[in-house]
Amino acid sequence: MTTNKKNKNKTRRSFIHQASGAMGAVAVVSAGWPLVDQMNPSKDVEALSKVEIDLAEIAEGKSKTVMWRGKPLFIKHRTDAEIKEAQKVDVSNLPHPQKDEERVKNPKFLVLIGVCTHLGCVPASDKGEYRGWFCPCHGSHYDTSGRIRKGPAPTNLEIPPYEFTNENTILVG
Amino acid sequence: MKKNNTNNSNSVLEWIDYRLPIISLLKHSAVDYPTPKNLNYWWNFGSLAGFFLLVQIITGIMLSMHYTAHVDHAFSSIEHIMRNVNHGWLIRYVHMNGASFFFIVVYIHIFRGLYYGSYKAPRELLWWLGIIILLLMMATAFMGYVLPWGQMSFWGATVITNLFSAIPIIGEGVVQWLWGGYSVDNPTLSRFYTLHFLLPFLIVGVVVLHIVALHTHGSNNPLGIDRKGPQDSIPFHPYYTVKDFFGLGVALTIFFFVVFFAPDYLGHPDNYVPADPLKTPAHIVPEWYFLPFYAILRAIPDKLGGVIAMFSAIFVLFLLPWLDTSKVRSATFRPIYKLLFWVFLVDAIILGWIGSKPAEGSYILVGRIATSYYFIHFLIILPLLGYFEKTKPLPSSISKPVLAE
Amino acid sequence: MKIILFTIIFTTLFIQALFSASDGLKPMKYNFSFDGILGSLDKNSAQRGLQVFTEVCAACHGLNHLAYRSLEDIGYNKSQINNIAKQFLIDDIPDENGEIKKRNAIYSDKFVNPYPNEEAAKVSNNGAYPPDLTLIVKARKDGANYLRSLLLGYEDAPEGVDVGEGYYNKYMPGNIIAMPQPLYGDDVEYQDGTVATLEQEVIDVVTFLTWTAMPELEKRKSSGIKVIIFLLIMTFFFFLSYKKIWKDVK
Repeated sequence: MTTNKKNKNKTRRSFIHQASGAMGAVAVVSAGWPLVDQMNPSKDVEALSKVEIDLAEIAEGKSKTVMWRGKPLFIKHRTDAEIKEAQKVDVSNLPHPQKDEERVKNPKFLVLIGVCTHLGCVPASDKGEYRGWFCPCHGSHYDTSGRIRKGPAPTNLEIPPYEFTNENTILVG
Repeated sequence: MKKNNTNNSNSVLEWIDYRLPIISLLKHSAVDYPTPKNLNYWWNFGSLAGFFLLVQIITGIMLSMHYTAHVDHAFSSIEHIMRNVNHGWLIRYVHMNGASFFFIVVYIHIFRGLYYGSYKAPRELLWWLGIIILLLMMATAFMGYVLPWGQMSFWGATVITNLFSAIPIIGEGVVQWLWGGYSVDNPTLSRFYTLHFLLPFLIVGVVVLHIVALHTHGSNNPLGIDRKGPQDSIPFHPYYTVKDFFGLGVALTIFFFVVFFAPDYLGHPDNYVPADPLKTPAHIVPEWYFLPFYAILRAIPDKLGGVIAMFSAIFVLFLLPWLDTSKVRSATFRPIYKLLFWVFLVDAIILGWIGSKPAEGSYILVGRIATSYYFIHFLIILPLLGYFEKTKPLPSSISKPVLAE
Repeated sequence: MKIILFTIIFTTLFIQALFSASDGLKPMKYNFSFDGILGSLDKNSAQRGLQVFTEVCAACHGLNHLAYRSLEDIGYNKSQINNIAKQFLIDDIPDENGEIKKRNAIYSDKFVNPYPNEEAAKVSNNGAYPPDLTLIVKARKDGANYLRSLLLGYEDAPEGVDVGEGYYNKYMPGNIIAMPQPLYGDDVEYQDGTVATLEQEVIDVVTFLTWTAMPELEKRKSSGIKVIIFLLIMTFFFFLSYKKIWKDVK
């Protein structure tokens, strides 16, 4: 065997081994993905990540609680008095300044995630010094716009992404 | 032979190995491990079995994250896996067919051992450990088949657990203890799930012992003669690692063909009907890998006798190293045994076929003949054959037949 | 290569045995769109099948494991699905008075059962339980062909056969079936203008039920092709590596 031929053989050999190794690696990685992906939210869970809520059945002054992604949603049909009260607040003095207009799509309906921004408890409706919500865990007071007014919570109650599909229906998620 | 130079390559590995010798252990048992150089493809099935065990454990853990072990939810939780969980159908089909392929591979591994006399001294305990793995596999597979809570799950569980009622005096008590009630029901399902999760890890433990025993005296080989010196051996890596990878590639291609194109071929349609304790399916058959033993069970007209025969069919394997009196290992040099090996294989296949048939008419007769032959092979033919068979002359070493050419 | 051959023989021999015992006539073969390695589901047919199912079968049979949202797989969009789901009433969660009211089903709900429970189903059907159809194609041997044959296989009982309260069908194990012939042709008016012959309706509903049993079928077959091709190439390279490494041994 000449040296030339030998060298040629060697490169071919290493090419074959490299190809084998690379294909083996691809096989391992592509087998790994399904095993990882199976832990992501499944289709039934994803289907529930959006809920449709009928607002017509909530009487003025009443609120409704529905579950969304494992958390309570508060939908409050506010009275004119409550709307006025929420709008006239001077936001510059608030711990988390936000105008009421920024927090609603239709001022009649306030949609909130019912989880206290302090440590995740569920606040009670129509309670507290500002007649909005009151968290019993550590005494956070929220107003009729769900804004933090007093207590340890750092931010206002969160507004979920939602849209009006028609006048009386919202789609949350 | 290749000179080894991994030692000086990495000081971190050296540091670790000095304190915890896992690298030298690995090197000793999977890299340098001297292996007979004449192993044929039938020796691929040991590592394949290990691979399928791993596949079963991994996919099983994934499935357990989505499965619900409750009679009201088990069936629909399987459908949840098939429909909603990301790649759930793939993972479940791999697990389902992986069980079958695990058995195919292990049965071939066992028959290879039978052909080449791998159970003979000094490998008796290696053989025993293998049979223990088989028994654990059977228990695991049986309980796994109950989990989807289909009709075959339920009635299979009922029939198999009832086998234990054949035990005199304590039988009834044992069965109720297995069930945790008075029939196969929720407590049964729940404990089967626990045990189905536990047993594979016991299998892993026994597999480790199986490998330790193997490496003590090294692999048998197609000639069945001991190695005479280093010229008969080659290091496991790269020679047998690459060969095992090739074998794995072939096995995976066949396996995934079944998984993707005929995933339910090996199963039974009745198991897609939810369990109904009021309605027994017309033909209860176990999974294919139990069929030969099922045939032996039904061949004996007596309840206790049938159960004893079925268990004996496996336990006779424990005695095999002493029942086979021949000094020669490999069937290559045992002309009569070679023929009888194939007869025995056909007998086992006939038993499997009978196991799938209803116990009626001529099937019963064939089943009885095949069952008798199964035991005659081990208990009469093998002990006598060692004395009467004229074996062919053995080569003086593994390298010899090659050198002589 | 001996290995492959042996494995194949070994397994098929063992396994074929499983599927030999059966009563009833062997089902007629039909070449469905989803048959074969490259087969894929005829979505129009599946949609027509849904129509047959809803207008005929759904009076007695449920689709327990199927959610309306899954209909996206056979080509419906979300608002179409909501419109389909809306026709059915489902139990709502208890209201503030602890009463369970009915609400219209939506996208994420599972198909609504025609009967509240199995006993109610039996009472309305002479004591025979109309099985859930989600998995029927997988729950019967050669399911698609069996179902087609069964739906086409109603006949007058031959002389001397007493069918009792049932009907004669030679494809049914035991030949007596509790379900009266469900389809005669022209049972539905297809929205896409296809002529609703008996044969057409049967093929459509079987296609639909094949999808409900195996919603993964198309994905499975298409990814299967890729995986097998990849594995063949990989194995070929492993084989070359093996031959290279072993070249100097012996």
